Amino acid sequence: MAQTTFGVGGLTYDHSKRHMPQELNVLIALVLIIAAFELLGRILIGDSFLLNTRDNVDTIFNQARLQIIILQVSIVGIIAIGITQVIISGGIDLSAGSVVGATAMIAMSFAQVAMVNGNPNPKAVFLEQGWVDLPVIVPVIVGLGCGLLAGLINGSLIAYTKIPPFIATLGMMVTARGVAKWWTKGEPISFPTESFAGIGKGLMPVVIFLALAVLFHLMLKYTLYGKRCYAIGSNEEAARMSGINVERHKVLVYSIAGLLAAVAAIVLSSKNLTAQAGMGVMYELDAIAMAVIGGVSLSGGRGSIIGTVLGSLIFGVIISGFTFLKLDAYYQEMVKGAIIVGAVVLDVWRQRRRSSRG
Amino acid sequence: MSDIVLKTEGLTKHYGGVHALVDANFELRRGEHVAIMGDNGAGKSTFVRQITGVERRTSGKVWFDGQEVDFAGPLHAREAGIEAVFQNLALADDLDVPSNLFLGREKILFNLGPFSILDRKGMRQATEAALKRTAVKIPNLGSTIRNMSGGQRQCVAIARTATFASKLIIMDEPTAALGVQETAQVENIVRTLKDNGEPLILISHNMRQVFDLVDRIVVFRRGRIVANLRKEETDGQDVVAYITGAKTQNMAAAAL
Repeated sequence: MAQTTFGVGGLTYDHSKRHMPQELNVLIALVLIIAAFELLGRILIGDSFLLNTRDNVDTIFNQARLQIIILQVSIVGIIAIGITQVIISGGIDLSAGSVVGATAMIAMSFAQVAMVNGNPNPKAVFLEQGWVDLPVIVPVIVGLGCGLLAGLINGSLIAYTKIPPFIATLGMMVTARGVAKWWTKGEPISFPTESFAGIGKGLMPVVIFLALAVLFHLMLKYTLYGKRCYAIGSNEEAARMSGINVERHKVLVYSIAGLLAAVAAIVLSSKNLTAQAGMGVMYELDAIAMAVIGGVSLSGGRGSIIGTVLGSLIFGVIISGFTFLKLDAYYQEMVKGAIIVGAVVLDVWRQRRRSSRG
Repeated sequence: MSDIVLKTEGLTKHYGGVHALVDANFELRRGEHVAIMGDNGAGKSTFVRQITGVERRTSGKVWFDGQEVDFAGPLHAREAGIEAVFQNLALADDLDVPSNLFLGREKILFNLGPFSILDRKGMRQATEAALKRTAVKIPNLGSTIRNMSGGQRQCVAIARTATFASKLIIMDEPTAALGVQETAQVENIVRTLKDNGEPLILISHNMRQVFDLVDRIVVFRRGRIVANLRKEETDGQDVVAYITGAKTQNMAAAAL
């Protein structure tokens, strides 16, 4: 029997109804979108989207495409994890993409080899100082430090000067991009050490993304930290009256978001074997879109890491679906914009429906 | 002296030109339940907001538990031992019942500073026990507060207060939005508190409820305390007369 009757005035309460998590809807959407591309592929270009159609490989799925989908979302996905916890606690972070740019430049400049093909590395930033061929821990620590600093500044501004998160992180977005360009006067930085290049090699970005997703899923669900994120995003005044140090928690949340942007920057520059000042442009919007598609509410208090991971997969499927259908890259950008706005519209609808239910 | 839990002397609050609370002298003894009555805008809620640190008073003195106090915020009042249920409930809509009950004082399984692991099972069991003790029934502890009726939310807020109350409980119209059965539940909670000897200040418009639950009735009118009545020495008509201003009491007697 699914129905249990108890509660005030003998309320009827149907356990099976209430326990359907929102992530299930996102998962269904993901499956439907894949099915749609599968169908369109068969009709328009006579090829399968995810299933293997070549005879020389003995697998059911098209593994190359699966890898591309998850690989291309994993780096932005790392940022999306950070942004998810920011949005859940009632904020927003627009600076992540620029922080990626600045962090990639600064970290990469500490990860360069001394000699290229027998000649001194022409691109080495700190060749004169002799800061070349450093152990991999140095650029990693420096990079994480950059991200942490950016996040600390974001969080402190938002918590203690009480300016809206939108403005504080917009300022950081412009400033960090400036830092990225100023660091080498716009020159790209290349030739990283082998150990640094190993961080983002092959499927490493996917491994790092999923490991962080598991870690933050546990953090949000089972620790004081997570509980406070939801509490502050749900009702900041109630959280404050309950004795939660809201200001300190916000600094922590934005600092962690900055750290995750730095992780993304390190993985990205390692994977690309180069860092450029323009790296990470618009990543913050992609990351916000992944979170919102995954059911994270922009008004705070609701959402989960599982949702964001599913949202990032939807994002990746749509982008690679367009490539698969051989549609022009320009269409991709237009559709991306539509996805971002569409996801927010969906969020607003969800909230209206919720409030009309009382 | 030590018999008095809360005492105010000349407590005054002005909002700009509005004198919302004027020269309030009030005393609450250990184990005593006192009702504050009065018309809308009489200064009842203003009085409570000064005691609980939600607002800073314009002038006057407050003693709590034998010490003169001046709370900088509601948190300080709570740390000192004053628990309040306000008309706006201070619950987090997106959290479930145990999380709301333990908001800000979560049980910890393993201490890692801000990343401490929560004792979810312990909090759930403690919540079940607290709700059982206060006879509050909630269909599903795991669902968010957002999905609950006004009465259920009120019960959660009151259960929280009753669970953690240390020295003084204040309830600001706890049953204003509730149905008959839910009101009875809240009144039962109040009776339990009385049996446990916990002092309470109850703001209410409900005459039957007030005569049912408290020892003493303090009437506010136009920002002033106009009457201080022992329950046995008064009746509903008498109280209404003070509320509407048809009758006034000698202020020297009120200070008793």
